[in-house]
Amino acid sequence: MPNRFSDWVTKIITVFKKEIKSEFRTRYAFNSLVMFAVVTLTVLSLAVGQFALTDSVKSALLWVVLFFSSMSGLAQVFIKEEERKTASILKLSALPYHIFLGKFFFNLILLFILEIITVPLFLILFEVRVQTWDLFLAVLFLGSVGLASTTTIIAAIVSKTDLKGTLLTILSFPLLLPVLGISIQGTKVAVTGAPFYSGFAEVKFLFSYIVVMLTASLLLFETVWME
Amino acid sequence: MWKILLFLLMSYVIVSAYLNPAPQQSLGEISRIFYFHVPVAWVSVLAFLVSMFNAVRYLKTRDWHYDIKSSSAAQIGLLFAFLATVSGSIWASVSWGSYWNWDPRQVSIFILLLIYGAYFALRSAIMENEKKATLSAVYSILSFIAVPFLIFVIPRVFESLHPATSVVDENLKIQMSPKVSLIFFPALIGFTILFFWIWNLQVKIFALKLKKGG
Repeated sequence: MPNRFSDWVTKIITVFKKEIKSEFRTRYAFNSLVMFAVVTLTVLSLAVGQFALTDSVKSALLWVVLFFSSMSGLAQVFIKEEERKTASILKLSALPYHIFLGKFFFNLILLFILEIITVPLFLILFEVRVQTWDLFLAVLFLGSVGLASTTTIIAAIVSKTDLKGTLLTILSFPLLLPVLGISIQGTKVAVTGAPFYSGFAEVKFLFSYIVVMLTASLLLFETVWME
Repeated sequence: MWKILLFLLMSYVIVSAYLNPAPQQSLGEISRIFYFHVPVAWVSVLAFLVSMFNAVRYLKTRDWHYDIKSSSAAQIGLLFAFLATVSGSIWASVSWGSYWNWDPRQVSIFILLLIYGAYFALRSAIMENEKKATLSAVYSILSFIAVPFLIFVIPRVFESLHPATSVVDENLKIQMSPKVSLIFFPALIGFTILFFWIWNLQVKIFALKLKKGG
């Protein structure tokens, strides 16, 4: 068993490394993610920055920025395989599980890098004073994992269609609504300064969503990928 | 035979819904819509379940009949979800004062509409029939998985005006006067049979179309 497990991990890491390499060649997904986030942040800040916004509005705005930025870039992992006609070679060289998890981790890292840039910017521009940092980071982390897991499987579906990019937002929004709603709620709790345990229900909820979504994605990915 | 029975059942429901006193005296005459709005909303959810169930069976067997069943159920579900939204909106405007106020039930039916909309957007974006069937089946299952989370989330985020305890109370006991339930449950059964009938016809039409086309 340990042998098989380490085999799994190395295969997943191989796919992940391949994603990073091909991303570094063009930086397409990364650039569109970051630029989209910066543009939205600027627009929001210019439009409503001078008003005194409530904490719930601020936390909603943060997740709106993150949601739409991830919609602009995270579908690339699968779309590029179809566009460059490399999908068949990938199909031959790795198992669906490895591909899905490798691409999921790649999307996750992309989202984390995006957050390292945008979240501090957001906190500065909107003068958010986070009171409970551990809860804030936990919600941010789990919310991003939820975002990345759902968008990865939906991106796999979308890359097989004739419309590609535009469909991703339409298809993922109903599935991501629970994640967004609870993340906004959790961020609000963290910003208003309640202790960690008062946001514990949100953390548990996000965790269970991620477990369910990832399991379902792993089960369904093969049918989508081999289509 | 069962069509005549359905006709009698629906006639009974429609006539008695108007002849009997309104179910909620405090809400007045408008509450008669209860007999139609709730069954329609129930059918829109049932159609979603039927669609998901047939999507699973499609992925297991790869038999295109199940895809037709799944997509037809979704089509009728979309229609019923729309009807439930409109009838609920009219009811809301009379009893709460506005057509739309993001009540949890309104949010849930809106999300159901969004899911159906996304499902058909996905289907229209794929040309090949087999691909269309597989991908939409996967999406149907994924969206079905997200629904329980929504049911948990929405009441926490939005506040409700809907009477939570009017039909079923906290202990899941039915809270209805016998007179009301004598109209309500036949209505529920009638609409359910109506759904399966329309669904069956729709499936037959699609199967014929597919055979003719290729």
